[in-house]
Amino acid sequence: MAAIYRREVKSFLNSMTGYLFIAFILAVTGIYFTAYHLRGGYPSFSYTLEAIVVIFLLAVPVLTMRILAEERRQKTDQLLLTSPVSVTGIVAGKYLALVTILLIPILVMAAYPLILAQFGSISFPEAYTALAGLFLLACSFLAIGLYLSSTTENQVIAAVLTFLVLFLCYIMNGIAEFFPETASASFFALAAAAAAAALLLYYMTAHPAVSAAGFLLAEGALTALFFLRPSVYEGLIQKILGVFAITERFSEFASGIFDLSGVIYYLSIIVICLFLTVQSIQKRRWS
Amino acid sequence: MIEVEHLTKRYGNHLAVDDLSFSVGEGQIYGFLGPNGAGKSTTMNIMTGYTAPTSGEVKIGGYNILDEPEAARKCIGYLPEIPPLYQDMTVKEYLIFAAGLKKIPRKNAQSMIPELMETTGITDMQNRLIRNLSKGYRQRTGLAQALLGYPPVIILDEPMVGLDPRQIIEIRDLIRGLGKKHTVILSSHILSEISAVCDHIMIISHGKLVASDTPENLPLLMSGTNTLQLTVRTKEQTLRSILDAQDAILSYTLEQSAESDAWDAVIRTRTQTDLREALFFGCAQKNAAILNMQLSRMSLEDIFLELTEGDPGSEETNDSENDGEKTEKGGDGNGSNLSQRS
Repeated sequence: MAAIYRREVKSFLNSMTGYLFIAFILAVTGIYFTAYHLRGGYPSFSYTLEAIVVIFLLAVPVLTMRILAEERRQKTDQLLLTSPVSVTGIVAGKYLALVTILLIPILVMAAYPLILAQFGSISFPEAYTALAGLFLLACSFLAIGLYLSSTTENQVIAAVLTFLVLFLCYIMNGIAEFFPETASASFFALAAAAAAAALLLYYMTAHPAVSAAGFLLAEGALTALFFLRPSVYEGLIQKILGVFAITERFSEFASGIFDLSGVIYYLSIIVICLFLTVQSIQKRRWS
Repeated sequence: MIEVEHLTKRYGNHLAVDDLSFSVGEGQIYGFLGPNGAGKSTTMNIMTGYTAPTSGEVKIGGYNILDEPEAARKCIGYLPEIPPLYQDMTVKEYLIFAAGLKKIPRKNAQSMIPELMETTGITDMQNRLIRNLSKGYRQRTGLAQALLGYPPVIILDEPMVGLDPRQIIEIRDLIRGLGKKHTVILSSHILSEISAVCDHIMIISHGKLVASDTPENLPLLMSGTNTLQLTVRTKEQTLRSILDAQDAILSYTLEQSAESDAWDAVIRTRTQTDLREALFFGCAQKNAAILNMQLSRMSLEDIFLELTEGDPGSEETNDSENDGEKTEKGGDGNGSNLSQRS
């Protein structure tokens, strides 16, 4: 794991990618910092941080696209997977390298509140809570990018996929608002989702009886619940889609609240994505 | 050292490796020989744990490659078909990285890496980016990587590809030297490479082991396959009658010779019988002049071609035996999925 970590960090810093990522983020941060704080005179650093979340949607795919896809294309995964290192170790090494590169601009950003403090009194806890939130948010972006990079051997596809997924998460709350909040709307949406899941199950297992049984069971349970306790369904779509609104949790941090549930939320996303990455690599061994 | 039992690998409907079993002892050099696409690389990928078999198991030094992957892989140095090199590293950086991956203590690595660069002849290239190396140097860098830590089992997939003749001789000597202390398995589709270094040859065709023996013994496996080439100045009719009179001939083919009024015959006989004298007298009686007669014992080349192309008669019997086994196995392994589908 340590060898992989060292190699990745070195590789980022020997090529354009790492510098591009760091420079891009710092440049945009500088622009917003100048506009909001130096010229606009806002005391709260979180304004800048909230504005640059969009930049991470673009910058993270650039950093993560290569990380596993390229191993597969160059066949260097044969070296990694036949060496006495566990797949978990490989993924952890790669992920920690990504986080290390991310830490560079984050640490530079940590200096900005100190600059601001020269011009008046600002709340340091608020500023650093927001920065910690941004760090967690970007870490979960990196985990998503790492996973998607493991699913393909084409860097471009990995980058585009990562951007799409991150962008969807970014606009998820907007999407959720398309749906009416009534119980029946949620019911139909869930019924459709159950049907899609059953189809997917059939596609993956080619087992009609199990898929049909699963489908009937799920639809039956949903219908029963709808007639017994319709109140459960009210606004359920919004709640479910809200789980994927990764950027939304950050606004809590941005407003200066160190939201423990948000920390757990981001850590869960990271753990789930890393787990999926390991599984995706393991799975290829069997196919 | 290595035990491979009933290894089968299926890619969709394509059977890449079909019920392969063999074992390799310590300090031996084993050669995998087979045409392209015979399943050599797949077998090696399974033995090193890169891919998992559909059924069957591999044990390296007593460790199952799937159950105790880290312990088993520690015993293996592997050079895949395409050397797994990072383009953005120098040769030395790459070897240091590989040593880290293999968990070789830093002190050992510091003495081992220059030593290996010396043996594989890449010392002068150590500070070059791998991206800028030629194919031969990449191959050698890959080889140095496989030898790192001097693991007890060294698996080399077509190690001679891309090397010039002088390098081939060097690498051949290197492998021969390794065979004294290590178990080496190498694959190739070129017979002379394998027969020059290996103690034992395994010929693989269509995922099956078709022959496994020492280079000296392989020709003995083939009975009835000596050929006798004959050029006789006579009429076709006469030659046929001479040949038909010999019971020991299995089959023959006649062709108009390049020499005028002569016929070429290619005669297949059993290994034990020598027909030269009988044919000489046979022809002499009929006043037919023998212009040329040559007995060619089966070379390894011929054996390889014959085994891998497959003699339909003998292959069929093999197939039906294996089919029986396959249906038996259907119940436990991946076969259960298939039976559910149908």
